[in-house]
Amino acid sequence: MTLPGTYVLRRLLIALPSLLGISIVLFTVLALAPGDPFGDIVSNPNIPADVAANLRLKFGMDDPVAVRYLRWLTAMLQGDWGFSFASRIDVDTLIMQRLWTTLLVIGSSQVLALLIALPVGIYAATRPYSLFDQVANTLTFIGFSLPTFFTGLLLILVFSIQLDWLPFVYRSDISATGWRFFWEHFRQTIMPVSVLALFQAASWTRYVRSAALDVIRLDYVTTARSKGLKERVVIMKHVVRNALIPVVTLVALQLPAIFGGAIVTEQIFRVPGIGSLLISAILANDTPVIMAVTFVFSCLVISFNLLADILYGWLDPRISLR
Amino acid sequence: MVAPVRRAATVSLTQDIWRRFKRHRLALFGAVILLVIIAGVAIGPWLWTVPINEIDFNARLKPPSWQHPFGTDDLGQDLFSRMLYGGRISIAVGLAAMTIAIVVGTIIGAIAGMSRGLVDTFLMWLTDLFLSLPQLPLLLLIIYLFRDSLKKIVGAETGVFIMIVVVIGGFRWMPVARLVRAQFLSLREKEFVEAARALGASRLRQVARHILPNALGPVIVAGTIDVAAAIIAESTLSFLGLGFPPDIPTWGRVLFDAKDYLDTSPYWALFPGTLIFLTVLSINYIGDGLRDALDPRRVL
Repeated sequence: MTLPGTYVLRRLLIALPSLLGISIVLFTVLALAPGDPFGDIVSNPNIPADVAANLRLKFGMDDPVAVRYLRWLTAMLQGDWGFSFASRIDVDTLIMQRLWTTLLVIGSSQVLALLIALPVGIYAATRPYSLFDQVANTLTFIGFSLPTFFTGLLLILVFSIQLDWLPFVYRSDISATGWRFFWEHFRQTIMPVSVLALFQAASWTRYVRSAALDVIRLDYVTTARSKGLKERVVIMKHVVRNALIPVVTLVALQLPAIFGGAIVTEQIFRVPGIGSLLISAILANDTPVIMAVTFVFSCLVISFNLLADILYGWLDPRISLR
Repeated sequence: MVAPVRRAATVSLTQDIWRRFKRHRLALFGAVILLVIIAGVAIGPWLWTVPINEIDFNARLKPPSWQHPFGTDDLGQDLFSRMLYGGRISIAVGLAAMTIAIVVGTIIGAIAGMSRGLVDTFLMWLTDLFLSLPQLPLLLLIIYLFRDSLKKIVGAETGVFIMIVVVIGGFRWMPVARLVRAQFLSLREKEFVEAARALGASRLRQVARHILPNALGPVIVAGTIDVAAAIIAESTLSFLGLGFPPDIPTWGRVLFDAKDYLDTSPYWALFPGTLIFLTVLSINYIGDGLRDALDPRRVL
């Protein structure tokens, strides 16, 4: 089944205003903030007044707001994010070094969360109010009431300190090669990934269960059963696909929270991703890095929302034809 | 046959909600736990009068004992009294942020639900935009940019409190706005609202007397869950070292200080973590119970 190109295009056109809106919000926050991003230079008493004035002129800090916004936006979109005060390198190199780690951790945790949530949610929905369902329900409540920072500390306490199985500091300079290299990397990603995955799996299991429960009562499922189809086929082919439609929307709505969780996890396990970069930049007053990371997070949220929309159209052809 | 009917008719709305809420055992259990925690942090500091900032280097990192029920931290400060005091702040932040979220969300949702056309479209676009903002990075950014100047105006403690509450509340109104709008869209076409309109009720009166009270059920549920979310948000900020300063020991802040001593003093991190978890879990269960209790169509 293919998607109509117009649908994808329309979704793209809807994503653009959101990107603009987010950039306006970001810029407003920045513009409303007391002082200015170059405050350190301008208010530094060692810099003569005329140099400071020249700097203001050079960076166009006295231009009208609209002009400043447009210039800032074009610079942001071109990847021209400035120079990190703290690390002494260009912000875009700094972010590109770390972005993949973040995407890897988030990506694998989402896959793991789906691998937990889908089977558990569907199985619970096929046997509502059974013992399995009740246990799963209790565990999901516990799962999304446990803040990620506490789960992280608990895992470190149990698996690193008590049992001494897993390293609790993420190292990017592993000297081993070959299989050993992958094994070490795998070992150190287990805890950050599971912290994120457990939290997500808990809320998704609830969504999957309730969505599947809604679908399973419908007449066409009964028809499928009365045709003599095997229960497995009924569930996999008839129930799951339709139950996934609302789940995709809810997953997309949760995305900002996922990135928030990633920041916390990276900070706990010292994963060298853009989340921990954001925290260390804030602690070091490194404004260009802070702005760029926030902007990258916004772009990530929007692009994943777009992906979810397209997936939504593939799961439910009625939507893409409308 | 007549007697039971008459008795049923005299059951008030609150009594009925309470009867339905009681059916949800875990929600009831959550309510009890939450009441104990709230009573503890509200009354506790009067009963347990050990100062929260008394530094005693002879009692550094002592595990729980009768003298210090929750043990002491690296400066020998009594964790039990710090936890009681910090709980006040954590819960106050949760409640205040929830109030902001509900008020803003209800107003925006009501305006969008009552007006058709451009206003509605714009408000919903704004809601969707806020929903797709990366909240934690933005929270951190705003706190980073505005922390110092607000501190200068109203002082460290109140400044941080106001900012955290406003920012967390300002990022949580969207679900409420959507709920209220959806309720308004269906309620404003109902016969009883039409009757009020026919009797000459003004728009404001229609909203205040007839539509809003009927739309409040889901809002209350969302508000309950917002308290939990706000408590988690505050703890997250403090845990990252960007929330309250060290002299205000909110639960997240204590956890932040404790995380470097996990190997020698795990109890230090376990107490605040467990308290956050228990509070959030109880609130979530209460929300679940209220959802059942406030839906009059559901037979319980």
